[in-house]
Amino acid sequence: MIGLPVLYVLAGLLFAVFAIGSATDRTNPKRWGNAVFWGLFAVSFLAGTWLSDTVNGLLLVAMALAAGFNLLGKGQPAPQTDRAERAQRWGNRLFVPALIPPAVTLAGTFLLKGVEIGGQPLVDPKQVTLVSLGLGIVLATVAALVMFRASPAVAVREGRRLMDQVGWAGLLPQALAALGAVFVAAKVGDVIGLLAGEYLPLNGPLTAVCAYTIGMAVFTAIMGNAFAAFPVMTAAIALPLIIGQYGGDPAIVCAIGMLSGFCGTLMTPMAANFNIVPAVLLDLPDRNGVIRVQIPTALALLATNTVLMYALAFRF
Amino acid sequence: MWVLLGVLVVVVGFAARQNPLSIVVVAALVTGVAAVIAPGVTPAVLLAGAGETLAVLGKGFKDNRYISVTWMILPLIGLLEREGLQERARVLIQKLAGLTSGLLLLIYLIIRQVTAAFGLTSLGGHAQMVRPLIAPMAEAAAETQAPGLTDASRNRVKAFAAATDNIGLFFGEDIFMAIASILLIKGFLETNGIIVTPFALSVWAIPTAIAALLIHGTRLLLLDRALNREAAR
Repeated sequence: MIGLPVLYVLAGLLFAVFAIGSATDRTNPKRWGNAVFWGLFAVSFLAGTWLSDTVNGLLLVAMALAAGFNLLGKGQPAPQTDRAERAQRWGNRLFVPALIPPAVTLAGTFLLKGVEIGGQPLVDPKQVTLVSLGLGIVLATVAALVMFRASPAVAVREGRRLMDQVGWAGLLPQALAALGAVFVAAKVGDVIGLLAGEYLPLNGPLTAVCAYTIGMAVFTAIMGNAFAAFPVMTAAIALPLIIGQYGGDPAIVCAIGMLSGFCGTLMTPMAANFNIVPAVLLDLPDRNGVIRVQIPTALALLATNTVLMYALAFRF
Repeated sequence: MWVLLGVLVVVVGFAARQNPLSIVVVAALVTGVAAVIAPGVTPAVLLAGAGETLAVLGKGFKDNRYISVTWMILPLIGLLEREGLQERARVLIQKLAGLTSGLLLLIYLIIRQVTAAFGLTSLGGHAQMVRPLIAPMAEAAAETQAPGLTDASRNRVKAFAAATDNIGLFFGEDIFMAIASILLIKGFLETNGIIVTPFALSVWAIPTAIAALLIHGTRLLLLDRALNREAAR
């Protein structure tokens, strides 16, 4: 059965190649820092399953230390001047390899789901989308190598150029998910839910709705993830008050409550893969540049959600 | 109550612009140690708490490796950029005279929302779509609108490209019945003795989706106006 382990090996090998490439990159003044950082990441991918939880934790700590002490740098590849000419030569054919991954992900998600070989599913049913994405990336990369007559070494070098640009931020979404696991184990959510239930003024449906939508957004901003905030805030405010006491419709309250949490996601650096990673990928001088642009939309939508919940939940 | 110290570390750390990766590790350790604080606690207990937290953090890190698998796309994107993908995206936009930056992003917003509403959330994303295609296109359109575009405006247009991808995804996906958040709501309510259908949940995501389109769409058109004003200056 093809599942996450296959992807982990592929990704681990790629990070290992990045580490080796970094070690030999004399244009990067901090090349050893990069080599160690991506090397540790490769270890986590290739061997993490068999290492103890503590060792996995130490890997993360070591990478965080490397990032915190600013040990990562960037290679300075010779500037490329012929991109416009190359673009002209290829024309719109350039878009074909770019569109293979989404197309294969889409097709794979539908087509690979039921495929069985000897009574065993070919692809882990829980991971069909990720496996399809991995397959799409591999196919597209091979197609691009053939089309451009480039050697795999060029692909790895170009990939490492981008990985250098992303740097430690590439690890951040995964590290934040690990922090979420610690928050759950320490019952941080329960404490916040208790405080919210105890100290917020909740006399009447309007204040309860406001406390729920705003609480969802704030708690999501803290946790970086609406999924972590939803059970806590809903159990603290929505179930006992909005639904229980004031008779709000559970489907409306919960659907709009979750979307209020998404407004919080737009405003927090804790949602790194949506907010910090693109700022790095797009070379924005301000790490919070994407968040800054999103805040007005998020606040307006949060207000809209509050009005919608109040107007709809007690009517249907 | 002490566990909230970890949250405080996060807030203060981000506000003080410390390295986010270090903040995460420190916040995790503080949270775990704070969780074992009780009257009569000894240093040995605190140390054991730190050790256990390291293991929980390590397990969380290991279990969530799938999040970082998506970086496997970088060699492909790098290859395409080397062959001029961003340049081609720019040329394509400049051929479509009259297509402004805000209008382009508005079209992308609609496409992203509609496809996400059909569960096609992977048709987009920052590494796959925004960096190689959408951002360069929006930038090229902005350059045509306002020749001699300032760096501040250029970065604002790029930030809007990323923001539009996020907003389209977030406020489209919940209309799809089989998305994780809908299933989470359904499961949560079920354990509390309330039965709702995924369909009912996804229907009530539609009003917010329309509001997101109107609000963010308006802001994109205002972005166009700001660019035009810059051109007039």
